Amino acid sequence: MLNTVVPIAFAMIALAMILSLYRMVIGPDMTDRILALDTLYINTIALLVLIGIYMDNSTYFESALLIAIMGFVGTVALSKYMLRGNIIE
Amino acid sequence: MSRLLPHPALSVAIFLVWIALNNASSSGHFILAFILAIGLPVLTQRFWPERPEKVKLLPAIRLFGVVLWDILLASIGVAKLVLGPIDRVKPAFVEVPLDMQDPFVGTLLASIVSLTPGTVSIDIDRSRWVLQVHALNVDDAETLIKSIKTRYEKPLKEIFSC
Amino acid sequence: MSIWVEYLISFLILVGAGFTLLGSIGLARLPDFFMRVHGPTKTTTLGVGAMVMASAIYFTVTGDGVSLHEVVATVFLFITAPVSAHLLTKAALHIASRVGK
Repeated sequence: MLNTVVPIAFAMIALAMILSLYRMVIGPDMTDRILALDTLYINTIALLVLIGIYMDNSTYFESALLIAIMGFVGTVALSKYMLRGNIIE
Repeated sequence: MSRLLPHPALSVAIFLVWIALNNASSSGHFILAFILAIGLPVLTQRFWPERPEKVKLLPAIRLFGVVLWDILLASIGVAKLVLGPIDRVKPAFVEVPLDMQDPFVGTLLASIVSLTPGTVSIDIDRSRWVLQVHALNVDDAETLIKSIKTRYEKPLKEIFSC
Repeated sequence: MSIWVEYLISFLILVGAGFTLLGSIGLARLPDFFMRVHGPTKTTTLGVGAMVMASAIYFTVTGDGVSLHEVVATVFLFITAPVSAHLLTKAALHIASRVGK
């Protein structure tokens, strides 16, 4: 059962990442691109969790957690920059 | 008591997060979690803003359940909208007047509104205490405001008694 | 692993991947920025949450002991999603008002 479901899920997430990438490329605004980057981060978390199940190795999860933190901090810093023109006030 | 444990809720949260991150694998981690739960709030005490002290547990659990259910409904709603015809969607900015003046509770309300059906909160106007909300598909702004106020704001006010 | 647990994990993986995909479809398809925010904040977050829960059940069943750190990740995602959405919409509104002047 899992052997058939996991590849299907891989394909779905890959498609999701392509769509996010598409939005990141066409924009049109800077905020759209940041939003697309944020979504790409979250898609990557899903992909890493899935790889962990596929490889039967829970160590992948640690990197997913790291990417979650990095993605959040990156998004906040970029939006703050858009808002004020500098990151730390 | 208050000097050793300036933020009891934060201490409990740190303890649980540390245990969960290590999958409760060994008793050494329980000791380490205990040390962190005591130490971190004391060290970071000056960074934390004032928070409402009393929290009612039962309404909090009920609100948590309501929000969890609404997150599920919200995702299904967005999914339906995304797959259907997009021309008929009517987005709008709505202003929800707030009955409270507490930054922490306001932030909580804004986060809940962002996760629940049809709405993303944009800003809290601190001078007028108005929550600006972007709604994805709004037929009647009045019903939307009323539903946010009764479904989330009233329980929050009950929980933090403000 | 019993067959029912496997069914549950498969179901959660499919639901998770489906919602992740739907969130990105929303991101790509909706016409204006403030509408696009809705997709990733709600749908994608729930999708990844379901996926992470599937992973938690899988490693609890196959490995030794409970796998709890997935719960932390889910809670983290649900706390951070509204915050980043809020900051992004605020930035977009700020830029729109600056351009409008």
